[in-house]
Amino acid sequence: MGEKKFENALKELEQIVEQLEDSELPLDDALKLFEKGIKLSQFCSARLDDAEQKVELLIKDAGGSLRPVAFDESDEEHGD
Amino acid sequence: MQRAQPRAMRLPEWICMDRGKVITVSELNRRIKTSLEDVYVDIWVEAEISNLRVPASGHCYLTLKDPSSQLRAVMFRYARSRLRFIPQDGMQVVCRGSINVYEPRGEYQLVIERMEPCGAGALQMAFEQLKNRLAAEGLFDEERKQPLPFLPRRICVITSPTGAAVRDILHVLTRRFPGLHISVLPVAVQGENAAQEIAAAIDDANAHAVADVLIVGRGGGSLEDLWAFNEECVARAICRSAIPVISAVGHEIDFTIADFAADMRAPTPSAAAELAVREKGDLVRTVRNLSMALSRRLAQRMRVEKAALCSAAGRLVRCARMVADAQIACGDAHQRLLACLPRLCALRRAAARTARQRLLTLSPRQRIAAHRAAAGFLQVALGRNMTVALARTRARVRGELARLSALNPAAVLARGFCIARMQTTGRVVRSSSEVSAGERLRITLHEGSADCIIETVHG
Repeated sequence: MGEKKFENALKELEQIVEQLEDSELPLDDALKLFEKGIKLSQFCSARLDDAEQKVELLIKDAGGSLRPVAFDESDEEHGD
Repeated sequence: MQRAQPRAMRLPEWICMDRGKVITVSELNRRIKTSLEDVYVDIWVEAEISNLRVPASGHCYLTLKDPSSQLRAVMFRYARSRLRFIPQDGMQVVCRGSINVYEPRGEYQLVIERMEPCGAGALQMAFEQLKNRLAAEGLFDEERKQPLPFLPRRICVITSPTGAAVRDILHVLTRRFPGLHISVLPVAVQGENAAQEIAAAIDDANAHAVADVLIVGRGGGSLEDLWAFNEECVARAICRSAIPVISAVGHEIDFTIADFAADMRAPTPSAAAELAVREKGDLVRTVRNLSMALSRRLAQRMRVEKAALCSAAGRLVRCARMVADAQIACGDAHQRLLACLPRLCALRRAAARTARQRLLTLSPRQRIAAHRAAAGFLQVALGRNMTVALARTRARVRGELARLSALNPAAVLARGFCIARMQTTGRVVRSSSEVSAGERLRITLHEGSADCIIETVHG
């Protein structure tokens, strides 16, 4: 699932930043980690930006499937 | 506590009409059934439960009584399944139902449609009973709880589409995380079918995988208003849900069965929205900070590496210089070594010569000659000594031989003696007693022998 990937990516990114502090780490590995970290941070940013705001009402039709219709603010107002 | 009055109070007409006419038991029971079932419909009775039993059929048989009377009653399975509590003997209840007459036995009973515990705390009792039962079943166990997704893409809110709760939830969700996909599954949150609708909506949400997390709830209200969330079917639907469920019923102080069953209980609908999703701004900041830290760390690392490289390069130059110095020293030593070589050889050669001289003086050859001379001398002496010893021995042997021949009997015979032997036996005769006249003797002389006959023997 997407959100699991995001959480893992964020955790991994944190670990990489921490690992990069270790001066014993061979430079080659440090560069690889950096590259991976950049990819992870790009992934995380993209994941935070990609969602499109949508609020819908799910109406069950005769066939038993759920049909989305726009959730109108005015609808909820007069019902209250 | 009869809320519905019997419809007809006067005697049915047939009783007046048929007075004096003989009828069968069946006919009578049929008539009683018709009249009673027409009249005692949808009545409310308050009573104490006794003799309650539930056979395998699932129907519930019981006796309703007060201090002076009793009434048989039955609650069929469908009605029993809608009970919010478990009826028990001794319990005071209000029953709603209709009278039924069973003709074959001429018996009547109350068929109960609904039953409520009497008095204050009735709902509370139902609540406690259900809670204990479901808890015993393990439905509220911590191990069953699913973790909420860290960053849900889609959130489904199961509630009334017209309440304040849905507005609060949508408001908080969109404020915290612009860009969420939110869907609302509209349900009645109070009233007759509310619980069934809520349970069905939870199942639908799962069947159609509409979200990563569900918020199920409603705004505040009385215990009766919130009751749908205390129904068993809702609790079970929540436990069944593969999608994590956040319950959000009423206010902070309201606890419902749904709250115990949910993966997470939110004190209010707004709080549920806050639990469901993190602040997008926080996450964006976190990612940005991490990304910056990443670059900073690498830049710092590069600086360190560069410094190390410069220092290493410096050391390399120094090393090259040291190598050159060593090379020069080495060439010089080589030259000196070459120059030394002839002198060194001469020295060694002289030493070798001296050693050989010393070796020659120590040669065993002279000692061998000396030993050989001594051996020759000893050989000569040995020969001489041997001749002398031989002559001396020979002389002694001659002497001994002369002495030996003196003892030889042949020598005695030569001096004129003879040896007499019996001719028969050959035995030497030493005494006259050994022989007698007439016997033959052989006389051995110095030269030859003679046979004789003894003439006379002399004592």
